[in-house]
Amino acid sequence: MKSKTADRLATGVFIAIAIIIISILVGLFSYILVNGLKHISWEFLTTPSSNIRAGGGIRDQLFNSFYILLITMIIAVPLGIGGGIYMAEYAKPGKVTDIIRSCIEVLASLPSIVIGMFGLLMFVNITGWGYTILGGALALTVFNLPVIVRVSEDSIRSVPRDLKEASLALGITHWHTIKTVLLPSAFPSILTGIILAAGRVFGEAAALLFTAGLSTPRLDYGNWNPFSAQSPLNIFRPAETLAVHIWSVNTQGLIPDVEEVSNGSAAVLVISVLLFNLLARWIGRLIHKKITATK
Amino acid sequence: MEKLTPAKDRLLKSKNNWMDGELRGKVLVLLCAVIMISATISITIFLGTKGLQSFIKNGVSLLEFLTSTHWNPTNQAKPEYGALPFIFGSFAVTFLAALIAAPLGIGGAIFMTEIAPSWGRKILQPIIELLVGIPSVVYGFIGLTVLVPFIREHVGGLGFSLLSGMIVLSIMILPTIATIATDAISSLPNSLREGSYALGATRWQTIRKVLIPAALPSLLTAIVLGMARAFGEALAVQMVIGNVRNLPSSILDASATLTTIITLNMGHTTYGSVENNTLWSMGLILLVMSFAFILLIRYLSSRRKM
Repeated sequence: MKSKTADRLATGVFIAIAIIIISILVGLFSYILVNGLKHISWEFLTTPSSNIRAGGGIRDQLFNSFYILLITMIIAVPLGIGGGIYMAEYAKPGKVTDIIRSCIEVLASLPSIVIGMFGLLMFVNITGWGYTILGGALALTVFNLPVIVRVSEDSIRSVPRDLKEASLALGITHWHTIKTVLLPSAFPSILTGIILAAGRVFGEAAALLFTAGLSTPRLDYGNWNPFSAQSPLNIFRPAETLAVHIWSVNTQGLIPDVEEVSNGSAAVLVISVLLFNLLARWIGRLIHKKITATK
Repeated sequence: MEKLTPAKDRLLKSKNNWMDGELRGKVLVLLCAVIMISATISITIFLGTKGLQSFIKNGVSLLEFLTSTHWNPTNQAKPEYGALPFIFGSFAVTFLAALIAAPLGIGGAIFMTEIAPSWGRKILQPIIELLVGIPSVVYGFIGLTVLVPFIREHVGGLGFSLLSGMIVLSIMILPTIATIATDAISSLPNSLREGSYALGATRWQTIRKVLIPAALPSLLTAIVLGMARAFGEALAVQMVIGNVRNLPSSILDASATLTTIITLNMGHTTYGSVENNTLWSMGLILLVMSFAFILLIRYLSSRRKM
């Protein structure tokens, strides 16, 4: 009888734990959305931020976030998929492969602030660029690369062996098989992984503090010349992203409406990340349906 | 009339082209792998040399850096570089956060795999994935606006405290622990469960005496990975922990960690000054710790294979 009661008690504890986890999430999300949605308006999204006065928006920060994400992905995706192909198709079991695997593991477990410090040393001081979008994107690439490599490797490995062998049996070379058979069939899961990684990059701040900086120059959105200092497209200008903005207004900001601005920004950030997640799921399911022809 | 090339030549030529593409592809992906290795090596070397400069070039005593509790680098007459309060702070929040997050995470995992495998997983899995997705600054901001005032009013102290840091961090590492623990427990062979139930054991006895011991190395890996994340987390902790240079005497005291001091001071110290160099030394400690966590995980997974 005693073990029966212990069992009931334990079940109760586990259910309580599940309820705690659920309520943490529900609490967090409802807090962010309830407090944040009030402040999100077209005006909030399209006015530039202010350093001293109330009523600033997040136009530049929002643009910077997406722009840095884009540049990061342009650098990281080819590198990551290449690395994944190497690990899945060319790497022979042995010392070299072990070393590469350890490198991926090290890169993946580095704290983002350490990557930010490396970025500061490498892309800000040694290159002499100062705080730039490119430096931030390169730091984020370091941060992001191991994720994409792992996703690509796993996706390529999970392509059925028959497909690869059939292609090789037709006399098609290895590289051509990779290009025309393996990559297309692994594409859906690689894409899902990349979108999830993009969500992580979008919310990252610590690696950007010392690489992309805490300020944005006055931007002129009519100026599309990527070499002009005022152009939003210039990759050699400092850029404060949304996540960094939330941190900086809370820790060193002088504006009186810190809470409104950060509530709004937090909601925008969380909603964006949420959209990334939903998009990844949706695309994954869509392509899965198309390929397997299930309903 | 078209000039005909013999079939042999054509085939040879196309074979040549194919071999070119083959080689090009191989070189291309090899290059990607090399870039990864060089990134890792250059991070280690650059941060290593930069982090050691304060000891070699500026003559800061390593012993003082690691054991002294007095941090006063701006004192002109007698600057002091004791980083112990920050090292202690980092370890303290990490362990305390793991202390909360480990039971919750593993409990959640057991709930998903053993108590309610069908619907429990359907609810908890997406929730845990969403928790991973929330950016760390948002955790920090909510900690700052909700948790800190709450602790100030209902528990005591200033609110900016080890306690706040530990709560924020434990929520942040909860999904890491829960995900890995779920994978570990659900990958245990079903015969273990069935054998235990067949002997008349209750569910709790099965969980406690059979499943948890069998999955223990993986569960420990989950906790270590969570701790690694907590140790390196910077902004969320920085916003709630208070950032003072004294050793905390209780969990309601404000404190500081290695990451928070780096975050705060890296921007406004002169590059190359002694104070700035000591910040790099703290970065080196973070790097070394992240290697230590990897070694620990390796050790645990080698135990799992046996």
